[in-house]
Amino acid sequence: MSSLKLTVLSGKGGTGKTTVSVNMALSLPNIQLLDADVEEPNSQYFLHPNFDNEEKIYRKVPEINQDICTACRKCVDFCEYNALAMMLDEVLVFPEICHSCGGCEKICPVDAITEVDRVLGVLKHANTDYDVDFWQGELNIGEESSVPVIEALKEKADRQKDVIIDAQPGTTCPTIEAVVDSDYGILVTEPTPFGLSDLKIASELMDELQIPHGVIINRAEEDSDYIIEDFCEEKGIDILLKIPFKREFAHLYSDGIPFVIEYPDWKDKFKSVFNEIRGGLNEENYSN
Amino acid sequence: MKKITVISGKGGTGKTTVVANLAYLAQDLVLADCDVDAPNLHLLLNPEVNNSSIFKSNKLAIKDQEKCTNCGVCYDVCRFNAVDPVNYEIDEYKCEGCGVCVAMCPEDALSLKLLDTGEIYNSTTRFGPMVHANLKIGSDNSGKLVSEVREKAVETAEEQDKDLLLIDGSPGIGCPVISSITGVDLVLFVTEPSKSGFSDLKRVAQVIQHFNIPALAVINKYDINEKISREIEEYLKEEDIELVGKISYSSDVVDSLRNAQLIVEQEQDNKVSKEIEGIWTKIQNRISQN
Repeated sequence: MSSLKLTVLSGKGGTGKTTVSVNMALSLPNIQLLDADVEEPNSQYFLHPNFDNEEKIYRKVPEINQDICTACRKCVDFCEYNALAMMLDEVLVFPEICHSCGGCEKICPVDAITEVDRVLGVLKHANTDYDVDFWQGELNIGEESSVPVIEALKEKADRQKDVIIDAQPGTTCPTIEAVVDSDYGILVTEPTPFGLSDLKIASELMDELQIPHGVIINRAEEDSDYIIEDFCEEKGIDILLKIPFKREFAHLYSDGIPFVIEYPDWKDKFKSVFNEIRGGLNEENYSN
Repeated sequence: MKKITVISGKGGTGKTTVVANLAYLAQDLVLADCDVDAPNLHLLLNPEVNNSSIFKSNKLAIKDQEKCTNCGVCYDVCRFNAVDPVNYEIDEYKCEGCGVCVAMCPEDALSLKLLDTGEIYNSTTRFGPMVHANLKIGSDNSGKLVSEVREKAVETAEEQDKDLLLIDGSPGIGCPVISSITGVDLVLFVTEPSKSGFSDLKRVAQVIQHFNIPALAVINKYDINEKISREIEEYLKEEDIELVGKISYSSDVVDSLRNAQLIVEQEQDNKVSKEIEGIWTKIQNRISQN
């Protein structure tokens, strides 16, 4: 049985991505969870990790040697991100908005620019109480680019294990970076017009990236689920699971308690969802 | 004119619902939806689109196959792993349009092409003009699109001499959220009493403090966990962020959302409606003080 790498994502935040990632991880043996929602890594509040390892993620930003700089403006004109500006014959650097492309250093005709390391974020590891091998990425406050942190986090994927990635919500680069080389994507949504609108965007993204995917409806309610079900039927997307709208679940969530701990029968449900995904993918490979 | 951005850090705390209900109470204002990744305000306010425009700011390196000699310099200089090591094709999702390969290519075979980032709409709601946008999927310049939406909304408010601009901000703490709070007078946090909601509030509050913008806060669904709500209240006090109200957890809110209705409009005697009215009064007081 080959190892499976799946990413949990959603078009909109707050639909239950972390709920699904954490509860599913706790329902499976030999599992690794990567929290790639690096702007707001929240799985930690459910897993109570004692971090045993930390790695800082650096990126390069330019430093100008004003003694050598001739104020020729070539770097300022080159920078696509306006991270360099000219002020009274001096080049100013705005490291927060620099994308670390290294271009200014390469094009400076007098070698007045050197690149220095700047801490962008951190990766943290823990073996949690629940036997989950857990890594999280964390973007430093004030930094804008999540992607390098997510790239570094994904290198921690242990393919001897099944891997679950909790992605940042949305459909921009950080979400794509998290999901792009996954075997499968689980889209988490809720039966409201907001949930539907954002699910449409997320499934469009998955189609474009050509990643097989299915839907989990969180906060499901019998008389409202049609909002999501109709769309999924029309698009031929599998509904993998429904997690009911219960005040008790909301309360457990707020206290950072994964609901499978209080309701262990749910572990079987997550396990069968996972096995179905694996089965489906194997079948597909076989038929190809 | 006063500009207020509503943000939350974490998604799903009720930011958009609060914005739409406040819009009803304010009646005459300009609205902007800066949550361009997952715009939802239009679902509650049903704006009529007057005109739209394409916003271009993403760039992508394009290769001229005729000139390319497969020397591999582009692969060597690209920091974003956007160039394939075998055939030197450019991955459009990974390319950040920095132009380093363009500058370094010895054959002049590469150029930067401007791409669509999204579409911006100038619309009208029953409470006034609204500026919103759709981000193209996979786009990487949502921050610039957010700035554009915000600036257009400011222009509209100035032209039409409106007193209030209410901005539905972006979630997270990164580039889009920073763009959505730039130059505003006041930030309103909508948070929820969960460990993750509280932690995200603290992270985004640091971003706001970094920019020195006065902030107010609302605790939504406060009775889901009154213990954490009290902790949040303590934190707000310490940080000198005025708590302008708490909103009860109620399925009525979700029900009105499903019907694309505003609870303050449909059920004026509802407990939640009263709570939101109280919040609006406090916001007004705060605005008039400044």
